[in-house]
Amino acid sequence: MNRRQAYEAAQRRRALSVAGVSTAAVLVAIVVLVPLAPGWTAVKASFFDGGIFVQTFPTMLRAFLIDVMIFAWSVPLILGLGLAIALARGAQAPALFPLRIFGAVYVDVFRGVPVVLTIYLIGFGVPGLGLPRPWNSPYIWGTVALVLTYSAYIAEVLRSGIESIHASQRNAAICLGLSPRDTMRYVILPQAVRRVVPANMNMLVALQKDVALLSFIGPVEILRQAGIYKSLLANFTPYVVAAVIFLCVTVPATRYADHLLNRDRDARS
Amino acid sequence: MPEAKLALRGVQKSFGDNQVLCGIDMEVASGEMVCLIGASGSGKSTLLRCINQLEPIDDGSVWLDGVDISEPGLDLGPVRRRIGIVFQSYNLFPHMSALDNVLLAPRRVLREPGQDRAQALFERFGLSQHMHKYPDQLSGGQQQRVAVIRALAMRPEIMLFDEITAALDPELVGEVLNVLRQLRGEGMTMILATHEMGFARELADRVCFMDAGVILEEGPPAQIFSKPQVPRTQAFLRTVLR
Repeated sequence: MNRRQAYEAAQRRRALSVAGVSTAAVLVAIVVLVPLAPGWTAVKASFFDGGIFVQTFPTMLRAFLIDVMIFAWSVPLILGLGLAIALARGAQAPALFPLRIFGAVYVDVFRGVPVVLTIYLIGFGVPGLGLPRPWNSPYIWGTVALVLTYSAYIAEVLRSGIESIHASQRNAAICLGLSPRDTMRYVILPQAVRRVVPANMNMLVALQKDVALLSFIGPVEILRQAGIYKSLLANFTPYVVAAVIFLCVTVPATRYADHLLNRDRDARS
Repeated sequence: MPEAKLALRGVQKSFGDNQVLCGIDMEVASGEMVCLIGASGSGKSTLLRCINQLEPIDDGSVWLDGVDISEPGLDLGPVRRRIGIVFQSYNLFPHMSALDNVLLAPRRVLREPGQDRAQALFERFGLSQHMHKYPDQLSGGQQQRVAVIRALAMRPEIMLFDEITAALDPELVGEVLNVLRQLRGEGMTMILATHEMGFARELADRVCFMDAGVILEEGPPAQIFSKPQVPRTQAFLRTVLR
């Protein structure tokens, strides 16, 4: 070990021990101080009841499957519609001008309204038209609300990806005689999509959480199931169960997205 | 109607207030090799980009086989596939292998498989073993040769080269110039913007010295390099040949 390496090793040891001590101090403070709060016993009983946790967990997990299902069928619709809107916003031909306007208005409206409001308006409004079964299902209209909102976000991310591709790529394609359409399809889009995958991953993690908002309009998914248990058992622990289940999915997904982002940044630096 | 393979008549081009080409007249015969020399900013690159209509020209005309290709509103797809261009920065498509870079245009535009032709081209320019690599796995010289192959795969009648060795490490310049030598031997009509004076002198049929958007002096390389007439040409050559 040369002098520099010895110095750096000593620095690392020092940093590690400082980090260890301060982490331990914070943990001890939480474990010791929080139970000293006057309401701790009540909170512990109503939020962290181990018996209720175990009792409700299987049903909660089954209810979460509904969230996963809604997520699963929403994603392809969101990606498809988002791509269509992104392309519409970039349309050059004068005949497609209305499409451009539509794309811009669409993105403004659905990014500007809180998701939960869109869900309420569409989820209660459209079935209110008196549609026959199964077309009054909250599953359908809740999904529609999520798809409308999230495709607006995805469209913007995609559009920024398309615009980030250097003009020289387009020029090279055009000079080979490729049509604008083929240039977009074979040269610009594949690169743009690759570039925005990490950003879109984060978007999908947010979507997985927002699926729980559909509980407001009917489907007995995990959040609504937790509410049912709360009323039944007069205990909030099921909400903690829901949070734990969400974390089990979203934390790995977020980490994976970060990993993709980092890899992307390293590759480009 | 001009008889030449390619003819430029009074071509003008401005970017905003900056007039880059101030009336260029030029004729290139079939099989001729013309080198454009001149300082950076003299309009060499813009001239090449105006020839294949990548930049629409403001005034004047560009004729290919007696057809005015600078006519506003003309469908440029068929024109561009007859004029190949290679850029200083290669501009390979980074998400495709070298082979797919070469095959994309023949497949989409000419509607032919192009596989055999592409492989033959890779072989001819000594790149067969790199065919399936991606651009970032290739050296600058190799990437630039793939870019040449990509343009040749469209069977162009004229090739434009925009300072294609300017971004390369000195030891890689040779392999790219060899490709041009080979093309020259096959009788390809070529226009090069270049700073490689030795190369221009060796191979060009004609050298055009550009300055401030005009062709100030032109002639066979022997004449331009040995007995330049215009003081500005003399000054430029003194600086670059020193």
